Amino acid sequence: MAFEGLTEKISSAFKHLRSKGRLTESDIKEAMREIRMALLEADVNFKVAKDFIKAVTEKATDAEILESLSPSQQVIKIVNEELVALLGGQTTRLTISPNPPTIVMMVGLQGAGKTTNCAKLAALLRKQQQRRPLLVACDVYRPAAIEQLKVVGRQLNIPVFDEGQGDPVEIAKHGIDYARRNGYDLVFLDTAGRLHIDEKLMDELKNIKATVKPTEIILVVDAMTGQDAVTVAQTFDEALGIDGVLMSKMDGDARGGAALSVKAVTGKPIKFIGTGEKLGDIEPFHPDRMASRILGMGDVLTLIEKA
Amino acid sequence: MGFFDKIKQGFKKTSDAVSHSLDSVFAAFVKIDEDLLEELEEALILSDVGASTSAKIVAEVEKRAKLRKTTTASELRDLLREVLTDNMLDNQPLDVSGRPAVILVIGVNGVGKTTSIGKLAARYVSEGKKVMLSAADTFRAAAADQLEIWAKRAGADIVRHGEGADPAAVVFDSISAAKARGSDIIIVDTAGRLHNKANLMNELAKIDRVISRELPDASRETLLVLDATTGQNAVHQAEEFNKAAELTGIILTKLDGTAKGGIVIAISAGLGVPVKLVGVGEGIDDLIDFDRAAFLEAILPP
Ligand SMILES: Nc1nc2c(ncn2[C@@H]2O[C@H](COP(=O)(O)OP(=O)(O)OP(=O)(O)O)[C@@H](O)[C@H]2O)c(=O)[nH]1
Ligand SMILES: Nc1nc2c(ncn2[C@@H]2O[C@H](COP(=O)(O)OP(=O)(O)OP(=O)(O)O)[C@@H](O)[C@H]2O)c(=O)[nH]1
Ligand SMILES: [Mg+2]
Ligand SMILES: [Mg+2]
Repeated sequence: MAFEGLTEKISSAFKHLRSKGRLTESDIKEAMREIRMALLEADVNFKVAKDFIKAVTEKATDAEILESLSPSQQVIKIVNEELVALLGGQTTRLTISPNPPTIVMMVGLQGAGKTTNCAKLAALLRKQQQRRPLLVACDVYRPAAIEQLKVVGRQLNIPVFDEGQGDPVEIAKHGIDYARRNGYDLVFLDTAGRLHIDEKLMDELKNIKATVKPTEIILVVDAMTGQDAVTVAQTFDEALGIDGVLMSKMDGDARGGAALSVKAVTGKPIKFIGTGEKLGDIEPFHPDRMASRILGMGDVLTLIEKA
Repeated sequence: MGFFDKIKQGFKKTSDAVSHSLDSVFAAFVKIDEDLLEELEEALILSDVGASTSAKIVAEVEKRAKLRKTTTASELRDLLREVLTDNMLDNQPLDVSGRPAVILVIGVNGVGKTTSIGKLAARYVSEGKKVMLSAADTFRAAAADQLEIWAKRAGADIVRHGEGADPAAVVFDSISAAKARGSDIIIVDTAGRLHNKANLMNELAKIDRVISRELPDASRETLLVLDATTGQNAVHQAEEFNKAAELTGIILTKLDGTAKGGIVIAISAGLGVPVKLVGVGEGIDDLIDFDRAAFLEAILPP
């Protein structure tokens, strides 16, 4: 098990503890090297990992910990707690506008999972909060993007507003008007995938935002993303001011260090995770589970308690 | 536009963390010490080469630098390029010599399989070949519609069944149709699937077997599509897909973004699967042959 891997490594970094009776700062340093490696292998951004290790080292070199009975477990506990805190501490929900409709704009790189997950979210909120969702097809570029949204809408029995390959800003605006007129209180704008460095398409998003003033802008990030997650998230956030993140494809076996990177550079909460291709595969984000996953640990706290 | 220009153009659009940091590493070069090697390692990790592969590469650079008594920044840069080159397979073209030739395209969700197939079909049609697309993604919403639009753009034929049909049956029919119509190349689009899902990987193995059984003598490419934005997980993807259907190459997509796709360095020599094609945009011409030297050049600024 991966957990044992990391624990063993840290314990072995502390192995001469018994002979010496207490941990030294260089013991801590060695342990931190192992943790750094684990973070990097989990795709946590290099700089984020560096800052994280620095913060944890300060806490871990506290005299009380160095002299405690099971310092290696203490250190793992600190690492875990800090990671949970950095990931946002607790689960954050979607903001609902006091003046309906609530407008949620889904943005992100190509293939991240915007279309699928806006349909999933719409279905989730319809079920949990008895909302009346509408999906708006603002992707006029990708071949069959509108048809894709219509198919998922049909599967869920959620209506889809589209105007063919028109102007996405106009479509968004008309979609909201349509929702107002027809009593839909929750609108999802499915936008086209784009590169964060594509100025023209980023301007299009800014125009949509200025025109419809969305309640939430959700950045969809693939859980398998590597070091570049920070650049992507930062650029989208600077351009649009995102409100939250949805991590997709969490049903894979990626460690998902991108979650930490994205949270660290934007400060915006991760709100949901996509856990499959089926339209029910969506869950709220739990920072503690994500922390264990990034570190490659099972249920870390129960293991620490047993130790 | 060639591979290098495309990549360079992509780089110009943004402040490029990696080449920037490497540039400053070399600019500040005084002697090969811990700090310098650490910075090299950092630059590699930031291109998704991976922490352990980066450490290995840097150790090798250090070893060779000592042996050769390297003293200048440009020598060190050459050394790094040399070590990276040794860690990657050389350029290999696709083999579509058979008649028909089969190209099976596989990978996880959303990496760019369907789009790359559209681009590839256009390339072969423009070379005067008769191309048949096989819509074996019967799962994803509107997947066949998407492929059909690409078939039209490219001027290729397409065989599709209804949603939810058996993908292996689509492949079987595509092969029969290709034989009947005298197609030169069959390109099979498959549904995105995560490599940790046994049932979906078995489905892929079944498609693979149908092709081998129906066209035992066809020249065959099985291409794994990897998104350049992907981190360390790409290694697992390559390993698992290679088990389900023996890979002959990789298509590395989305290199027009700011990600470097350094993960293919670990995969190329490690698994013995060369990168063959590169995706640099969403347009029909945005697929180019992989060029190792240019790729490493992009990771290491000249
Ligand atoms: N396994 C898995 N697949 C997912 C998940 N979310 C989306 N997908 C798949 O990922 C692929 C891309 O999803 P889309 O919703 O089309 O992504 P998109 O961001 O709208 O893509 P573009 O519009 O092309 O930019 C599809 O095959 C989806 O089925 C998830 O949580 N898990
Ligand atoms: N920028 C850029 N986008 C690309 C490239 N290749 C594909 N895309 C985009 O990535 C998204 C996903 O591409 P698809 O071809 O649908 O990917 P797929 O692997 O077939 O997806 P699934 O069938 O859902 O698993 C689309 O929006 C494409 O336009 C590329 O090289 N560069
Ligand atoms: Mg979409
Ligand atoms: Mg596809």
